[in-house]
Amino acid sequence: MRHAAALRLSRLAEPLVEAIIRLCGWSAIFFVFAIFFFVFREGAPMLFGALDLGEFFTSVNWRPDSRIQAQYGVLALLAGTASVTALAMLLSVPAGLGAAIFVSEFCPPRVRETLKIVIELLAAIPSVVWGFIGYMVLNPVLIAVTGAPIGINILNGGIILALMSVPIIMSVGEDALKAVPDTYREAAIALGASRWQVVYKVLLPAAKNGLLAAALLGIGRSVGETMAVLMATGHAVQIPHSLLDPVRTLTATIAAELGETVEGGDHYRVLFVIGTLLMLMAFLVNLTADLVVKGVRGKQNG
Amino acid sequence: MNGPLHTPKIISGERLSEVLVEDARMSSVRTVIVLGLAVGALASVACSSTSNTTSGPAGSSTSVVIRLTGSDTMVNLDQAWAENYKKVKPDVSVQVAGGGSGVGIAGLIDGILDIAASSREIEAEEIARVAKAAGAEPKAFVVGLDALAVYVHESNPVQSISIEELAEIYGDGGQVLRWSQAGVKNTSCESDEIIRVSRQNNSGTYVYFREAVLGRTRELRLGSIDQSGSKDVVALVSRTPCAIGYSGMAYAMPGVRALKISKKKGEPGVPPTVESALDMTYPIARPLYLYTRGTPTGPAKEFIDWALSAAGQQVLQDIGYVPAPAVSK
Repeated sequence: MRHAAALRLSRLAEPLVEAIIRLCGWSAIFFVFAIFFFVFREGAPMLFGALDLGEFFTSVNWRPDSRIQAQYGVLALLAGTASVTALAMLLSVPAGLGAAIFVSEFCPPRVRETLKIVIELLAAIPSVVWGFIGYMVLNPVLIAVTGAPIGINILNGGIILALMSVPIIMSVGEDALKAVPDTYREAAIALGASRWQVVYKVLLPAAKNGLLAAALLGIGRSVGETMAVLMATGHAVQIPHSLLDPVRTLTATIAAELGETVEGGDHYRVLFVIGTLLMLMAFLVNLTADLVVKGVRGKQNG
Repeated sequence: MNGPLHTPKIISGERLSEVLVEDARMSSVRTVIVLGLAVGALASVACSSTSNTTSGPAGSSTSVVIRLTGSDTMVNLDQAWAENYKKVKPDVSVQVAGGGSGVGIAGLIDGILDIAASSREIEAEEIARVAKAAGAEPKAFVVGLDALAVYVHESNPVQSISIEELAEIYGDGGQVLRWSQAGVKNTSCESDEIIRVSRQNNSGTYVYFREAVLGRTRELRLGSIDQSGSKDVVALVSRTPCAIGYSGMAYAMPGVRALKISKKKGEPGVPPTVESALDMTYPIARPLYLYTRGTPTGPAKEFIDWALSAAGQQVLQDIGYVPAPAVSK
């Protein structure tokens, strides 16, 4: 009797559970589109209205609060985001991929587990804490080492962002290396290749796409990061001329200014236009990463 | 088997929405906006439904909540007031948040707080917006004075600076980019470059400084280090020998020196003190305001009356600001 009841229950429950899971899956897609829609909707009246797109992309004057003439030029902010992200990538891609190769190929198994946990712990540190480290610890160090007048600048932000991106690049990169079939390694060793030759002659070409995707995900992380760069880059609207110049990024601008704006005002809407721009940038980076990963699968299947 | 199925407290839809509304009320403006990003229209419904209430949790008699948000210059002061007011009126809790004078005034327009703290005067356009949203013009209370201090690193030999020189340092098209150009031999600053520390543009201090130093027709030069808090400015100056920055007089700390200020170059400078702010000999002394939507009633009025009383003014003096002149009421 009980058995039959349980069977009936499971027959009822199964479609229900399936529906719930299906809903969860669809809701993720729904929310992404909803967020994009709302961000775009808030910015749209300005985007198609008073905003001069030529000025928006080519002017360095970001004066949204001016009493004389409000100016919305994001070139300096774009330059800030680009310079900090580029430096972060320059530091974190070699370090992250190097860590991935070491952990996946050279590391004794026991050390590997510890190392992975420790590096992934870096990813668990909140970004405000990273910003705080940049502001309090790295700032005086950079002043002392480089002789710069101020230590919260591109270099500081780049180092902090690199530290934040390394765990992502390492875990995704390691997965890509793990996905290379062991037969490749065995064949290479059988041909008399040294361990290092196995890595750069066989594994790197085979896992190329996965490693590229790892780097792109790291870029996505850097472009979108807010709190840490707000604190570590100096938050100064200017086109940088050296690594030691303070800059301001797109994300930090939204974070610092959105609270002030009145709902529906021009300044409020321009910040949402910047939000739309950031979402497009993140979308492009993720799409590229995705296509590249798809490329990996296609090759392995074929 | 009988665990989670028999949970005694089931939150009904109605109660849940109450919880959500409470949540939105307690959090800062910024959080509400972030919420707005996430749930869009839903959050704005929650906001507008709270806009006309001044008392705390609906139906409960335990406590009344006054939401006080705004000026970062005044956030320490607001906090001290809130703590001391708790001793006078234990059943009233004052929720204090900073963010900047602009955040407070924006909140007043959006109707998500009871009192806005501001270190600058509300603008005509903002008055019109409050009047449109609330049906009554905002009411201003001058609760104290602040001598806006200009800070440099303690190793910087400069003692006094004029408003004219500040305009050349901070203003758009200004000619003074190096300490030597200002006639200062700042040996601890190797690069000789003046690092201008400023505030983000929702700050009342920023708006006041711009107007007091540059007037209404000149912009600040871009490229300053914009900090989001009064304390951050002073803390950054204390660690940066090349820096100059401005902040409330109550934020002085070890490692920095507040400069004497004169109107014109060559005139003797006046230090930022209680006396010089009161007799207005200090060139950049400014009132600190509390704003309400229309004439306040009930708990908000009682709180402001208390803040202007001898007890409230003593708290303000202990924090480091100057009591409001008696006429201001």
